[in-house]
Amino acid sequence: MALLQVRNLCVRFPTAGGMLQAVDGVSFDLDEGEVFGVVGESGSGKSISMLAMMGLVPFPGIVTADRLTFDGQSLLGMSARQRRRLIGKDIAMIFQDPVTSLNPCFTVGFQIEETIRLHLGLDRKAARRRAIELLDQVGITAPESRLSAYPHQLSGGMSQRVMIAMAISCNPRLLIADEPTTALDVTIQAQILDLLLDLQRDRGMALILITHSMGVVAETAKRVLVMYAGQIMEEQPAAKLFAAPQHPYTEALLNALPERAMDGRLATIPGMVPGAYDRPKGCLFSPRCVYATDHSRNDQPALRDWEGGRVRCHYPLGDPQRLQNIAADTPIGVTETAS
Amino acid sequence: MFRFVLSRLGFLIPTFIGITLLTFIMIRLVPGDPIEAQAGERGISAARHEELRKAYGFDQPVIVQYGLYISRVLQGDLGRSFVTRNSVASEFFELFPATVELSLCAIIFAVVIGLPAGMIAAVRRNSIFDHGVMGISLTGYSMPIFWWGLLLILLFSVQLGWTPVSGRIDLLYYIEPVTGFLLIDSLLSGEEGAFGSAVSHLILPSIVLGTIPLAVIARMTRSAMLEVLGEDYIRTARAKGLSGMRVIALHAFRNALIPIVTVIGLQVGVLFTGAILTETIFSWPGVGKWLIEAIYRRDYPVLQGGVLLMGAVVMIVNLLVDLAYGIINPRIRHAR
Repeated sequence: MALLQVRNLCVRFPTAGGMLQAVDGVSFDLDEGEVFGVVGESGSGKSISMLAMMGLVPFPGIVTADRLTFDGQSLLGMSARQRRRLIGKDIAMIFQDPVTSLNPCFTVGFQIEETIRLHLGLDRKAARRRAIELLDQVGITAPESRLSAYPHQLSGGMSQRVMIAMAISCNPRLLIADEPTTALDVTIQAQILDLLLDLQRDRGMALILITHSMGVVAETAKRVLVMYAGQIMEEQPAAKLFAAPQHPYTEALLNALPERAMDGRLATIPGMVPGAYDRPKGCLFSPRCVYATDHSRNDQPALRDWEGGRVRCHYPLGDPQRLQNIAADTPIGVTETAS
Repeated sequence: MFRFVLSRLGFLIPTFIGITLLTFIMIRLVPGDPIEAQAGERGISAARHEELRKAYGFDQPVIVQYGLYISRVLQGDLGRSFVTRNSVASEFFELFPATVELSLCAIIFAVVIGLPAGMIAAVRRNSIFDHGVMGISLTGYSMPIFWWGLLLILLFSVQLGWTPVSGRIDLLYYIEPVTGFLLIDSLLSGEEGAFGSAVSHLILPSIVLGTIPLAVIARMTRSAMLEVLGEDYIRTARAKGLSGMRVIALHAFRNALIPIVTVIGLQVGVLFTGAILTETIFSWPGVGKWLIEAIYRRDYPVLQGGVLLMGAVVMIVNLLVDLAYGIINPRIRHAR
């Protein structure tokens, strides 16, 4: 059975202008020890859907799901106390900005030992030994002396290493890394990414890597989820996604990679992710999609199984009938039954 | 650290000059002089008045008088009261414990109620509790002290008869001053009921004096907590699986404490200003009431010396608050 099962996860925020749909019907499975990439622009609901699993959606967000289980236990059905026993122990998370994610008033040692003592019930001395071990594992030199350091005495890369040490302190089975390298210097980014992957391999933990960098995903993930405006647009094995993207949005994201830039100009996707008030009636990507037809502007496509993955488009790129369908303004499937 | 204290002490010099200059000039701008005030309604002959003015040195230009005064202050001599002939410093230190006792109880009242109220308001923001606390604290902040004091006396002392109207302790008791703090002295005296009487006399003045600091502390705690609760490290603390109580009371509160301590420190100045009014309303024999009387009597040395000593206390407390930052905030501790 999958380690993590998510079915129809929705997160909504009541606002003055109505409900803001931050996450809209997200479903996926994650196996033990798998590296799973989640990509999308800012505001696509990547982080919020992961926070929903941790039970950390900020007030006044409302989380609903048909199924949200970790190792067979329903995360939605359990009490806050039960959930806290899982969070930080079996499911851990690291965040985008390590410098602001550490509490400035407490030493590194205190913050790591706090988690260890809470979940593993070790005494002060044992927790200290374990903290030193962990700092050593995440590549911090002179770990003993670092325990008494305050966060402001650490660099960004060092802070992220501390965050990672904290996250893996109780041997989690799932680590969620929310853009772990975005706030770091380019030279440090690769180091942190390598560290995460080494730890994942050594410990056999599952890793969800949220990022808006396609390059990072290509190097690391086995499977990739592409999100847009709170919905899943495409899910494919990583190699396939890069070789033959099926969704126009994925294609546009890949075309925006600097190494794919043609004649020295970066490709961009015109427009912005829709907000609460300008959510399109049909396909959410249709206002920015070069292939959009009247049909896709009026009728929202469903997420369908497609070519060994899933795609949410009326005209998946790999469909041989695609051009005729676009010309005829009819979605996939309609002509198939007709022919 | 030593250099920090030294540089802060350096700031005190211009402040002291400012305080002395202002009180010295302002009290002389008030019509009348100590001689007329002492002569009272009987009045005094112009010739005798002139004679006494010479004797006190009031005939000299103000700037010369100020120079003489400062030179005496620098030698540690604050002068003697025109009225009682006692040294200003000894009168101040005799009355000061009463003011400290009142101020301490007021600030304890303000902190004990204001801190938790502000914290709960922040955690349950936009709830009825939040709106209630913020509404009440705005009212409290806007309340004129003398009016608020009279209202409470009317209700609790006159109507309900729960608390005494004025003074520090019932006239039945004579308590030998040991520490000057009546709560302690009355316990030491062993007289039955003395402590209870001292406490009952403290309640209303403490509430009146503590009302404004309470409102300020509650509002400041709320806004500091709200800011901190939105920080990334609070999300990290929650992601560790810590209980909500531990996240709020340890991780959030520790960070929110920095602005809160500043505000509490600044309230000491407000407290002494308020003490002048509160002590007058409740006939509390402290420094505030003594200063008010000094104004009526045009008792220049008492006013000048008293204000200077009060200013010194406020500045010392503020210095202690600055030093406390270092303990609370590791970023400051290491920056020094």
